[in-house]
Amino acid sequence: MPAWLSADLAIQASYFVTAALFIIGLKRMSSPVSARSGILWAGAGMAVATLVTFLYPGMSNYGLILPAMFVGAGLAWWSGKRVAMTDMPQMIALYNGMGGGAAAAIAAVELYRGGTQGYATSTLAVAGGIIGAVSFSGSAIAFGKLQGLITRSIRFSGQQILNLVVLAAALVLGALVASQTNASPAVVTGFFVLALILGLTMTLPIGGADMPVVISLYNALTGLAVAFEGFVLNNAAMIIAGTVVGSAGTLLTQLMAKAMNRSLGNVLFSGFGDTGAAATGEVTGSLKPIEAADVGVMMAFAQKVIIVPGYGMAVAQAQHKIWELAQLLIDRGVNVRFAIHPVAGRMPGHMNVLLAEAGVPYDLISDLDEINAEFETADVALIIGANDVVNPVARTDKSSPIYGMPILNADKAKNVIVIKRGKGAGFSGIENALFYLDNTRMLYGDAQKAGAELIQAIKAV
Amino acid sequence: MTGIVALYIFMLAAFTGYEVIARVPVILHTPLMSGSNFVHGIVLVGAMVALGGAQTPLEKTIGFIGVLLAAGNAMGGYVVTERMLEMFKSSGARAGAAKRAH
Repeated sequence: MPAWLSADLAIQASYFVTAALFIIGLKRMSSPVSARSGILWAGAGMAVATLVTFLYPGMSNYGLILPAMFVGAGLAWWSGKRVAMTDMPQMIALYNGMGGGAAAAIAAVELYRGGTQGYATSTLAVAGGIIGAVSFSGSAIAFGKLQGLITRSIRFSGQQILNLVVLAAALVLGALVASQTNASPAVVTGFFVLALILGLTMTLPIGGADMPVVISLYNALTGLAVAFEGFVLNNAAMIIAGTVVGSAGTLLTQLMAKAMNRSLGNVLFSGFGDTGAAATGEVTGSLKPIEAADVGVMMAFAQKVIIVPGYGMAVAQAQHKIWELAQLLIDRGVNVRFAIHPVAGRMPGHMNVLLAEAGVPYDLISDLDEINAEFETADVALIIGANDVVNPVARTDKSSPIYGMPILNADKAKNVIVIKRGKGAGFSGIENALFYLDNTRMLYGDAQKAGAELIQAIKAV
Repeated sequence: MTGIVALYIFMLAAFTGYEVIARVPVILHTPLMSGSNFVHGIVLVGAMVALGGAQTPLEKTIGFIGVLLAAGNAMGGYVVTERMLEMFKSSGARAGAAKRAH
């Protein structure tokens, strides 16, 4: 090896390339046309950085590093390939939590070892440690809730005070560790235990409907924790990648919260549904059922049909049936569009992913701003398992907890057909005024079954 | 790397992240969250270094868990993002693919 080509130079140069590849990859992922290549760029960056890290001077324990990598990556590969598209949100939560846990583990090793030099470094190690640990246990709860392992949102009076006490105690121990530089193992352990508990108590009271925002927030937090540990290890690739994710994730979290018309503080510190039950408001009119055959005729002879999918479509895995239905209509010359609310489903873009899986071209799919003016000219608005995102009380009823949330104006269509399993209310627990309108008909049944019936009905026309 | 240089890197990277995401269509929010989830899987290199320098059994155990989790973050994030993005095709590309298939 020539003198100028040291291992250190090779590592620094490779990390430089990795940082560039990550940014290019993320940039490409932000446009539908180039998105597919974006992950390849970022993946190449990750491969380069991982390989070159084996050259790190003074590394030992290869007998532990390699098995840990293979087991971790193997399990994740296996689970990531197997998971159904509808379960993607919780898998993102799970993998994200693992990243947070890894950042906390780095902090723990460095702090137990006393490897941090100076107050700045030990403070950053502690800060990254608490953020990573909260992200780890919090994401585990988010996973459990979305996977249906945890069904209740545990709330009790004084919960916020408990959270504050745990946070304060963790910060006190963290300050002890950071200032002493060589804190006793018992204090370090106590600090991490408290941080993990904080993640649990913070996330348990948050309802399932708010989980997307929470997962996005923990994603940003993990990025920040990674950046902080990057400072501790003097690792530029970690600082850059972690910070980019931290700021991008924060922006993404804000966009999601805004789409639900809620502030981040509101999501974190007040349980949704608490207010919803109280403010049902008065809804007049009755629910008017309809048969699939009638809906089939109505749609077959329509000029324009707008389909509004919601969580009900995801639960029933009905995306393929719905696309089959849409294709039948398109073949008959009907103008079919899909309208997606930013927070339809369990995660922004969740519906887009499912429709894409079924094969719906993304140019048939419109978001709220593009499609809302078109409902007035639509003959049929077909609502599939969506509820709160089409509830007109968000426009009209100031006392409603969803007042002010931007909604899809499905009520403006000439006919509104709602496919719904039963008569229950949506996530928010609010009655939906749309279902009681004169131009609305209810098609009861699971979205998969209803979709099949509609296909039969249209074929029979 | 001096503290002030690290601070500059932090600031510039923060603006970069903001700019990259600023004008993203809603349709890509979930894939992008997943993609950024993959990117912070870079924590793997830090976990490798931490375990590489661990000495006591406690440090080695925690370091091992760190590498295991980080590798899961990186690999899981990649697989899931790739699967999601695999589906993004325009109707033009789809029609083309269908024609080629026939």
